[in-house]
Amino acid sequence: MGLLSDPNRRRALINLLTRLNAPICGMPVEWLVKTMQARGLEVYTQRFSRTLPFPDENKERYMVKGTNVYGILRAPRAPRTEALVLSAPCTPGDNNNQAVGLLLGLAQYFRNQIYWAKDIIFLVNDHDLIGMQAWLEGYHHTNTTGMDWSPLQGRGGSIQAALSLELSSDVVTSMDLVLEGLNGQLPNLDLANLFYAFCQKIGVLCTIQGKLQRNDWDSVSGYSHAVQTMMLMVMKQASGRPWGDHGLFLRYHIEAATIKGINSFRQYKTDATTIGRLLEGMYRKLNNLLERLHQSYFFYLMPSLSHFVSIGYYMPAFGLLAVILLLRALDLWVQLATPPPTTEDGIADIDPGVLSVLTPLVISHLTGAALYMLPIRFQEMAVEHFPVSETEAVVLTAIAVYTAGLALPHNTHRLLSGEGTEQGWRVLKLVALLYLAVLLGCTALINFSLGFILALTLVPGAAFVTPHVPKVLSAFVLVILSPACTLLFSVFFFQELQEMPVSFLDGWLLYLSVISQGILDHFLYGSLVYPLIALLVYPCWLLFWNILFWK
Amino acid sequence: MAAPLTLLLVLAVTIRAALFRSSLAELIAERVEVVSPITAWKRVVEGLALLDLGVSPYSGDVFHETPLIIYLFHFVVDYAEITFMLADVITAVALYMAVKDYNKQVFRKQKFALEADRYPLDCLELIRSPKEMYYIPLKVAMFYLLNPFTILSCVAKSTCGLNNAVVALFIFSTIKGNTLLSAIFLCLATYQSIYPLTLCAPAMLYLMQRQYIPVNFRRASFWWFIAQYLFMYLGSLFVLICLSFFLLGSWDYMPSVYGFILSVPDLTPNIGLFWYFFAEMFEHFRLFFLCVFQINVFFYTIPLSVKLKEHPVFLIFMQLAVISIFKSYPTVGDIALYMAFLPVWSHLYRFLRNTFLVSCVLLACSTLFPVLWHLWIYAGSANSNFYYAITLLFNVAQILLVSDYFYAFLRREHHLTYGLYLKRKDGSEATLVLK
Repeated sequence: MGLLSDPNRRRALINLLTRLNAPICGMPVEWLVKTMQARGLEVYTQRFSRTLPFPDENKERYMVKGTNVYGILRAPRAPRTEALVLSAPCTPGDNNNQAVGLLLGLAQYFRNQIYWAKDIIFLVNDHDLIGMQAWLEGYHHTNTTGMDWSPLQGRGGSIQAALSLELSSDVVTSMDLVLEGLNGQLPNLDLANLFYAFCQKIGVLCTIQGKLQRNDWDSVSGYSHAVQTMMLMVMKQASGRPWGDHGLFLRYHIEAATIKGINSFRQYKTDATTIGRLLEGMYRKLNNLLERLHQSYFFYLMPSLSHFVSIGYYMPAFGLLAVILLLRALDLWVQLATPPPTTEDGIADIDPGVLSVLTPLVISHLTGAALYMLPIRFQEMAVEHFPVSETEAVVLTAIAVYTAGLALPHNTHRLLSGEGTEQGWRVLKLVALLYLAVLLGCTALINFSLGFILALTLVPGAAFVTPHVPKVLSAFVLVILSPACTLLFSVFFFQELQEMPVSFLDGWLLYLSVISQGILDHFLYGSLVYPLIALLVYPCWLLFWNILFWK
Repeated sequence: MAAPLTLLLVLAVTIRAALFRSSLAELIAERVEVVSPITAWKRVVEGLALLDLGVSPYSGDVFHETPLIIYLFHFVVDYAEITFMLADVITAVALYMAVKDYNKQVFRKQKFALEADRYPLDCLELIRSPKEMYYIPLKVAMFYLLNPFTILSCVAKSTCGLNNAVVALFIFSTIKGNTLLSAIFLCLATYQSIYPLTLCAPAMLYLMQRQYIPVNFRRASFWWFIAQYLFMYLGSLFVLICLSFFLLGSWDYMPSVYGFILSVPDLTPNIGLFWYFFAEMFEHFRLFFLCVFQINVFFYTIPLSVKLKEHPVFLIFMQLAVISIFKSYPTVGDIALYMAFLPVWSHLYRFLRNTFLVSCVLLACSTLFPVLWHLWIYAGSANSNFYYAITLLFNVAQILLVSDYFYAFLRREHHLTYGLYLKRKDGSEATLVLK
């Protein structure tokens, strides 16, 4: 028993999918509504609109208007308190044409079963993540991003789990599981294990990060393959963007994952029927859940689908990096505490120190605030004066403000209280080290990969910099280790890991688009990477830059 | 000194006004570290609404403020922001003037002791000079007004600011030597939240010292003074309680306010120690542990008073700290009050041993509170254990801070009596251990 053991249903599904092979332009809202209603679902639509802060060149959209369509399959005998979501983003072109068909086929099959204890919501969202954000905000009655959406007419209770489908061809050789969500949040490991176990049972190839598992763990090449897979996950998690529509569910404490069907022209092919059975099995398992998935880890890294590194293993690595900063701070504290050439009240000495520490702090944070606010505010002015598009204006303004921060005359404290003292830079470095340690700690708790990458690049620089190290070399090293250059190298490294290395020019363009995507993610979905880097990490780095050039 | 103080007040009011106008005000007003079920503004508004409807504000177990507060806000609810800013300003000015007076007395006592040759010769570097003490009152006001904890508490419109103002006025009137006002303000503070009751002991010790009454159980003047003070205190308390009864026409407020503070029914997480314990506890043992936890707050009064009977102002500081750490619903506003006193003891800096550790831990915990709250409540990846771990760490750091200052204070007193460089009987250098 299972989906499509009935040959009639199998034929109906194949017909549906063949019909949908044609590319869908825009969202066929009326057709979807009619089809879903024909399958016995309660269908509702939601309109939304959003004007992006600047045009998105990757997806070529600026003023987005769309409609989400969703149908609710009510559980026959259960109170309507819990729901599961199956979603497929509908994008113009043949990006995801098969998924909607599969979704509708599954809807028809699910409708005839009696074992559903939770409502199942079949969601087809327009403009992928923006539509998903509108739907989730409407469902949970929150409005964190300033989007304009019509209220949802139908609801299904508290959502327990969600799966998002991305199928671009009707012939699939492997299923890729995408876990990374907004701000590096991950679903419970149980969901990933469930999917993988099911794939193995049905006999479908399952991959993670687009890479197949290898079985030779002992050999060097097997180990390096696992490391590459894990590094890909680290990079994706650190970027803070949702890598599938599921990424936005995680914020509402709904376990979600995206399943991508990949056609890599292998010999062994899977068809839509098997995928349908796979999804049916997943949903039956999720249906049987008595409580939300919480027993397994929420913080993990996966070198392969059958192995994971839990937080207990990777946090000590970060802890050791943070300890470097604390030890340095302790060393500075002891140096500061050994009494200087005598004044009868050591307290009075600290006071001018406090003031000379305050000035670089304030200036660095003002520069950070400028980096956060100026690119968006001044894009119109930039477009008037320079022959660039708005997106390029925003990105180039950001880079300009970043570079301008390097050249700021930080030593304005010299105007205030004469020469900067030996005590002065030590106090500033102590404050900067503690600030960086606390900042990295908090970041690593929320998004471990981002915290770790920042720690790896910022801690060595922070520890060694003093006014007495050779200036040119240290300046060069500090700039190489700054957040912007780290991002640049990460872009190249990411492309290398995906086995699609890019030339320098392409990499630079990709870098610019990554910056613009990061800024857009912040305004559209509430990603924290851009404000974190602009308002907190960059000023902290500027403090160390200031210490290097302390007179 | 008036000009820098005015400048400081203007700066503080500007910062608070700017934050009131920004969108952060609602965010801060919901943080559990800043508001507690006793001090939340949301509940005051709820109580006022119930009062307007003619229902007792204490019905529904939402409102836990005293009737005087509800009547105060009945009149000034439209000017709430100004009220809270004014409360902060009053606290700062009261502390400023109190510390100024206290410094004068300390300096005078020191002068007499020097003239009477009571200090050994090698501890002259421990003697405080007027130059060093000149800026301390300003620093106290600055530490209170510009402390991020105070600013957060004011922007959240937590009534902790009003409690702090009353305690500050009590300290000011005590240090000025006005017994009646001291008793009245202490009574107001106790009426608001029960714990300032322990401040009776240092107040009495200080006033007795000021009036040259020897602290000796066998002297009649000692008992007479205690009787006087207690009469004034208990009398005003009686008047206040009866007044509250007549204001609202019922005794509803007693279980809602005092019963609530003492029996801790609401286990919303906060920065205190009660909530996690009582969430885990079996009903059978609840009363026992409740008594243990509540006695813990009052318990340190007697040994500390015995040890610090010559130094009642330091005793006030220690008591305030003990209350802020061990009370049933602490908030960061309570912490800000005792931290404002730290500049008064800045001369103890050379004897403090844990400054780095304490400041690092306090800083880290203050930033980790919102992070772990987010991970627990919103992301669902953590649970209450993480948040309570940070709470525990925060309180341990505070206890370490207070005990460090206690050690440094006692050590300095010891050095002033026995000399700075201590030698054992055979002439070798000795070390000092706090038992």
